[in-house]
Amino acid sequence: MTLYAYSLLSILGINIMLATSLNLISGFCGQFSLGHGAFYGAGAYAAALCAVAGYPVPVALLVGALVGGALGFVVGFASVRLREDFLVVTTIGVSFLFVGFVRKQKWLGAEMGISKIPASGLGPEGNAIMILLFAAATIALCLYLNRSWLGFAFRAVGDDEQAARTIAIPVSTYKLLAFTIGTAVAGLAGGLYTYFTQFIVPDSFTFILSVTLMAMVVIGGLGSTWGVVIAAIILTLLPEAFRFINDYRLLIYGGVLMLVMRFAPGGLAGIATSVTRRLRKA
Amino acid sequence: MTTLHVESVSIRFGGVQALTDVNFSVQKGEFVGLIGPNGAGKTTLLKIIAGILTPDTGRVMLEGEDVTRLPTAKRVRKGLAITHQIVRPFRSMTTLDNTALAAGYKITSNPLTAAFHWRRSQQSARAAEMLAKVGLAGLEDRDVSALPLGNLKRLEVARALALDPSIIILDEPLAGLNHREAERQADTLAALNAEGLTIVLIEHNLRELVRVSKRLLVLDGGKMIADGEPEHVMSDPAVREAYVGKADDHAAA
Ligand SMILES: Nc1ncnc2c1ncn2[C@@H]1O[C@H](COP(=O)(O)OP(=O)(O)O)[C@@H](O)[C@H]1O
Ligand SMILES: [Mg+2]
Repeated sequence: MTLYAYSLLSILGINIMLATSLNLISGFCGQFSLGHGAFYGAGAYAAALCAVAGYPVPVALLVGALVGGALGFVVGFASVRLREDFLVVTTIGVSFLFVGFVRKQKWLGAEMGISKIPASGLGPEGNAIMILLFAAATIALCLYLNRSWLGFAFRAVGDDEQAARTIAIPVSTYKLLAFTIGTAVAGLAGGLYTYFTQFIVPDSFTFILSVTLMAMVVIGGLGSTWGVVIAAIILTLLPEAFRFINDYRLLIYGGVLMLVMRFAPGGLAGIATSVTRRLRKA
Repeated sequence: MTTLHVESVSIRFGGVQALTDVNFSVQKGEFVGLIGPNGAGKTTLLKIIAGILTPDTGRVMLEGEDVTRLPTAKRVRKGLAITHQIVRPFRSMTTLDNTALAAGYKITSNPLTAAFHWRRSQQSARAAEMLAKVGLAGLEDRDVSALPLGNLKRLEVARALALDPSIIILDEPLAGLNHREAERQADTLAALNAEGLTIVLIEHNLRELVRVSKRLLVLDGGKMIADGEPEHVMSDPAVREAYVGKADDHAAA
């Protein structure tokens, strides 16, 4: 395979991790976050600092996940107790604050970012395999959680918080847990990205990325892990095939997001379900 | 033994004094009816008991313990179950799953426990039992979005019963049921009460209420205006005044 193919596979794996972990927060548990890119970025920077300081790959990845999850915990803690839609506002703020903050920090390389990050030592092929294995593990985790009682309760929280409370579900704890797990996976994806590019800049983690990830989740179908995986693959490959999409990313994804919400709120997964239902009837 | 004790509870919404110094107790094993015209404050009182609203003054005690500051989920774990007047099913689930999730309250009360459990057969069996009890047998696999209001009202009751409560407060569970169905549902509640469940029933269906409850409480304009045996309360001039004066809106409830 060519270097380009390995790089594409790596990006696919990272986007699958980001989209399915956001789905865990928004799809399973009904909390809309438009700041997932910031937690991804926090993990990437944390892992980069570790790598530059000479720590081994597993440590840097673990620190990336911990920093992403810790930041997620703090942001979640500050907003889950408030009104249901408050998280959207907070996470948009976090998205802009993160990039604005990093741009001004000399120790994070400011606008120039962090370069000369040591290689993982696995080579492009090894990196791609490592990333795809983590993506597979993330999918497995999401599928498992969705079948467990945790996922069962998440769905209740997503449906109706007050009703969930009246059947003894501690709603705030569940929301915070979903948010922390999801942002930790984003942080881990950030660490993987660090080793993949060996060069990170603030602009890789902007609000546009967060909107793109939300588009993957909504287009795939909120709550459907496989739907979101497919949407992540499509939305990663399309801009590669058609360069103009990249130039108008925010416009196109934003537009598609609105159209899906209006006309097919179940996303790809919803469309697949209704088609199979109709075929079975016929 | 006192199961529920409400002490000088008051609450105000903007310009509306919804409840004023409300006091009452419910003993273990009682079947109490709570009536009052529309807007009297019945649902507000239920929400305060359940911890959905916090009163401006006063306190709520469950089994002798002050729970005024306790969140809803913790009160439910202490044995309190409620049903909603405006039904609130989990829309993405079947009738059975709605109830099975409630039956798994011991698992879901801690998310870490929930993460390491996946089998549902025991809770589903218990849920099916509760659904049969309220007259929803055969509808286990229905999406709740396809159910008529009367069935959603029954689902509220099934879901609450699946929590193994020691006291249940029901907010107009008979609305949406016809005469025969309401009668059967009231009989079900009476049977549960005979088995030891303490019940507070908020209802506009006075015929059923007087038939099954052994004590009536009357709220009017946020104040408790009567408390006693049903026959006695119903002949109280103040109660008749509250109802006759507002006969129109009580029918619309
Ligand atoms: N959340 C709220 N905000 C403002 N006013 C409310 C709210 N909930 C109830 N009320 C008012 O409080 C009064 C009591 O309402 P409610 O408890 O629903 O009465 P009931 O259940 O007896 O019909 C009504 O005047 C109602 O308009
Ligand atoms: Mg009411």
